[in-house]
Amino acid sequence: MSMLLLGAVAVTTGEFLPSASAPATFPPFDPTTFPKQLFWLALSFGALYFLMARIALPRIGEVIEERRDRIQRDLDEAARLKSETDAALKAYEQSLADARGKAQGLAKDTRDKLTAETEAERHRVEAELNAKLAETEKRIAETKSRALASVDEIAASTASDIVSMLTGKGVSADEVRQALAKAKAS
Amino acid sequence: MAAGADGVHSPIAQFEIKNLVPLRLFGFDTSFTNSALFMVIAVGLISAFLIMSMRGRSLVPTRMQSIAEVLYEFVANTVRENVGHEGMKFFPLVFSLFIFVLVVNLIGMVPGTFTVTSHIIVTAALALLVIGIVIVYGVATQGTHFLKLFVPDVPPALLPLMVPIEVISFLSRPLSLSVRLFANMLAGHIALKIFAGFVGSLLAAGVWGILSPLPLFLTIALTALEVLVAVLQAYVFAVLTCVYLNDAVHGAHH
Repeated sequence: MSMLLLGAVAVTTGEFLPSASAPATFPPFDPTTFPKQLFWLALSFGALYFLMARIALPRIGEVIEERRDRIQRDLDEAARLKSETDAALKAYEQSLADARGKAQGLAKDTRDKLTAETEAERHRVEAELNAKLAETEKRIAETKSRALASVDEIAASTASDIVSMLTGKGVSADEVRQALAKAKAS
Repeated sequence: MAAGADGVHSPIAQFEIKNLVPLRLFGFDTSFTNSALFMVIAVGLISAFLIMSMRGRSLVPTRMQSIAEVLYEFVANTVRENVGHEGMKFFPLVFSLFIFVLVVNLIGMVPGTFTVTSHIIVTAALALLVIGIVIVYGVATQGTHFLKLFVPDVPPALLPLMVPIEVISFLSRPLSLSVRLFANMLAGHIALKIFAGFVGSLLAAGVWGILSPLPLFLTIALTALEVLVAVLQAYVFAVLTCVYLNDAVHGAHH
């Protein structure tokens, strides 16, 4: 593109070059200006290089680096916190499961213990009742046999009374007893 | 771009070097010229902007700081892509070249200013600086191995042909680097001046004055194009610098 423009310029400048204000030589090719241009270029570009390399660029680089580090640090911190949260959550769920399991175990144990205790109590009470029943039955039997024994005596004394009242003479207890035994046997 | 004092629109008057402060040092004419003035202005603007904008050094950048950081990252990425991480020692050089050429080119787009890069001696000096560093660094780190740059991987029979080509290609690098920038800036500014001059000429030519908007619009379009060229040439200069530095850092073939 520049070549094209240069070509166009070469054609058009023809009319302009001879004018009064045009310099004697084409200024960019005037060697007398070279030393002063080079001198000031060296000075200004040298100063620019120094200022860039020593002050401006390290500052910008520092800030960019620091920002990059900061972002990396923050990301690392976030990842660390997330893994901590995950671990905590896992631990929480684990302890929750443990507690649930323990509670179930405890409930079962208690239930089993209570059932066993109730059973034992029932057995004990039953045994007690049975014992009492047996004792009572024994006492009833005793009382009954004792009562039956008394019946003989009562019958004997009543019989001797009746006999003595009827006959007017007493009979010995042995005679009554023999008579009763005879009557009972028949 | 101002018209000459006598009213004649010479498109090359804008490239004239004018002494502002006459000065002689070491037997040379080292006068402070309009060119030197704009070099100093460019350096002052760049340094003031980059140093002031980073004054806060905040983690969340201000607008100015963002611009400085974007420029930094842009050039740093260019160096990293073309030269690799070892090339980062040349980052200040590439950055200085890029920002200097960019700002000098853009200042030149302001009417009435002087375009430092429209002089072949300036662009040639910058190009020779780059090639000089490539040669010095290449020889210093690779020794004679650096000469393999001129020996491509071809059958030995072709070497008598290829080596001269490689040598010429290497020697033409500073030439192309300097002429590309110089010619772009020179041609652009001459074209702008000529088309802008047409506007005045047509206005002065009576009835032809109705045609004057034509070159005016062309001038506006060219101005936009030249701003693009100013930025693009600075980038091209920086990228080619990186490409050449890559030879110095890594050698030619691998």
